[in-house]
Amino acid sequence: MVSKNYMYRLFGRSPIKPLQTHMEKVLICVQELIPFFEAIIANDLTSAKNVQKNISKLEKDADKLKKDMRLHLPTGMMMPVSRTDLLDILRLQDKVANKAKDIAGIMTGRKMTFPEGMGVIFIEYLSRCVDAAAQANKTVNELDELVETGFRGSEVDLVKSMIKELDQIESDTDKIQIKIRATLFKIEKNLPPVDVMFLYKIIEWIGELADQSQRVGSRLELMLAR
Amino acid sequence: MEYGTVFIILAIVFGLFMAWGIGANDVANAMATSVGSKALTIKQAIIIAAIFEFAGAFLAGGQVTKTIRKGMVDSELMASTPELLVYGMLASLLAAGVWLIIASFYGWPVSTTHSIVGAIVGFAAVGIGMDAVHWAKVGSIALSWIVSPLLAGTIAFLLFLSVQRLILNTDSPFENARKYVPYYMFLVGFFISLVTLFKGLKHVGLEVSASESYLIAFAIGVLVMVLGRYKINKIKFDPEKDKDFHFTNVEKIFAILMMVTACAMAFAHGSNDVANAVGPVAAVVGIVESGGEVTQKSAMPIWILLLGGVGIVVGLAMYGHKVIATVGSGITELTPSRGFAATLAAAITVVLASGTGLPISTTHTLVGAILGVGLARGIGALNLGVVRTVFLSWIVTLPAGAILSIIFYFILKGIFEA
Repeated sequence: MVSKNYMYRLFGRSPIKPLQTHMEKVLICVQELIPFFEAIIANDLTSAKNVQKNISKLEKDADKLKKDMRLHLPTGMMMPVSRTDLLDILRLQDKVANKAKDIAGIMTGRKMTFPEGMGVIFIEYLSRCVDAAAQANKTVNELDELVETGFRGSEVDLVKSMIKELDQIESDTDKIQIKIRATLFKIEKNLPPVDVMFLYKIIEWIGELADQSQRVGSRLELMLAR
Repeated sequence: MEYGTVFIILAIVFGLFMAWGIGANDVANAMATSVGSKALTIKQAIIIAAIFEFAGAFLAGGQVTKTIRKGMVDSELMASTPELLVYGMLASLLAAGVWLIIASFYGWPVSTTHSIVGAIVGFAAVGIGMDAVHWAKVGSIALSWIVSPLLAGTIAFLLFLSVQRLILNTDSPFENARKYVPYYMFLVGFFISLVTLFKGLKHVGLEVSASESYLIAFAIGVLVMVLGRYKINKIKFDPEKDKDFHFTNVEKIFAILMMVTACAMAFAHGSNDVANAVGPVAAVVGIVESGGEVTQKSAMPIWILLLGGVGIVVGLAMYGHKVIATVGSGITELTPSRGFAATLAAAITVVLASGTGLPISTTHTLVGAILGVGLARGIGALNLGVVRTVFLSWIVTLPAGAILSIIFYFILKGIFEA
């Protein structure tokens, strides 16, 4: 009888916490790319494969969280943020994890290695892109504080400055990307053409980790502007 | 009157049953926001509810009881047949009680106020005649049912905005909470006692003038504020707790405010809802004791208000605590700062209505207030479908209460006049 109590049913499950849990999962998934790259550089294929499996599992977990959250966001809920905004942010967050899975997947599948001497710069590039995901996570983590303050006041300024920093990180990754492409361009003639093609692909995808993370931030900013 | 004692005993039994039902079910809704926001433990909530429901019923419940007892039905029309009014009041109590049992079994959001008003209007209009109903009074009651959630929603919205502006959105929310929260406490104490005093406490042998009322209310407000400030000063800022969520310490201060507001809410609920149970009892007792006189000039005996208060507390102790526990633990999305705004707005509205003698639904008022906070973007997720059912339910409850009371009216008439 009590479970039917309407006061009880009046309060829905807040969508903020699940959104944050999802982003945390996405970040953990993306962070796994660093040990994965290190294994590749060390030519340790077995451990690379293990990390890749783990990444794939984490991505699946994130996917499950995404589906669960979508199911718990029926229409007819009054929320401090619009349903469209939430679902959009969720979708963008999920894309970051997807990209991480793709990178690890294709690199294991094609048994890719980095050209001699390029390992360090790849790690540098990847780390900065993971930073972007971490910054996006930090920003999403402020959402409950935003709800607490009703999306007004100093908390909004704080979140805006976080988003600004996220943009800065993304622009850093762009710079490293130019550098990495230039380095690869210089040596590409000595390498098997198909491998080079895929290396460029990987460079692009790593960059997309940061791009997608930045999009999460921009979407949040758009939400604040309303 | 032939069956005078039987009528009184029946009325007391039915009335106690209604009051028991209110204590078992309705109180949980009034206290849910306080327990849900973790400002009170369940034990504290039950103790507060018991004390303040009783105080509200006893000190401020008279006006609404009067409306239920004789405000809606024209007793002049029945001067020659007082027993009809007795049957009607008994039938109304039974009807409302039965309807509430059915409704809580199915989990329908039904208000005790709506059922009893529907029941009384029903028996009077059909059993006695359309002229027997004071339609103007009934109309103003119905209007107040629309106004009360709106008013509570508006007050809650404004209260919450003020909390945001003064405390949450500042650079040092913790310091500002310590500074401003005592004033909100003053507001609670001052307002609730002022309305109660204005309405008069003659029945407990206390007569105060308007200016004395202001003075006493002011003193009570200050007292609440001083006590509150003392408790707030004991809270130390704990940076460890703010790591995950930056407002944990601020909310701890609001939790103390919420305790004060919970008392006000229980008081308000007692002052309005107890009348649903004891109003008809008072009517029956009045008629029987005056030997069939329906004009009821005599004042209402105090023991009837006490009876209602006791019924509520017993219901709360026997069953209500379980409902409070479950409902409270289910509402996890409400922090004390929001819970306070919603509860205080509802309490103010209900006490105002009690003062004017309007029987309104505490739950609907509270739902209106919660929506007000939601509109200020204060609550994670509110299920609007439930809101719709809550507000639709009163439209269904009126005819349901009316039909049941008409049936019981004719059954009782058949039994006693056979």
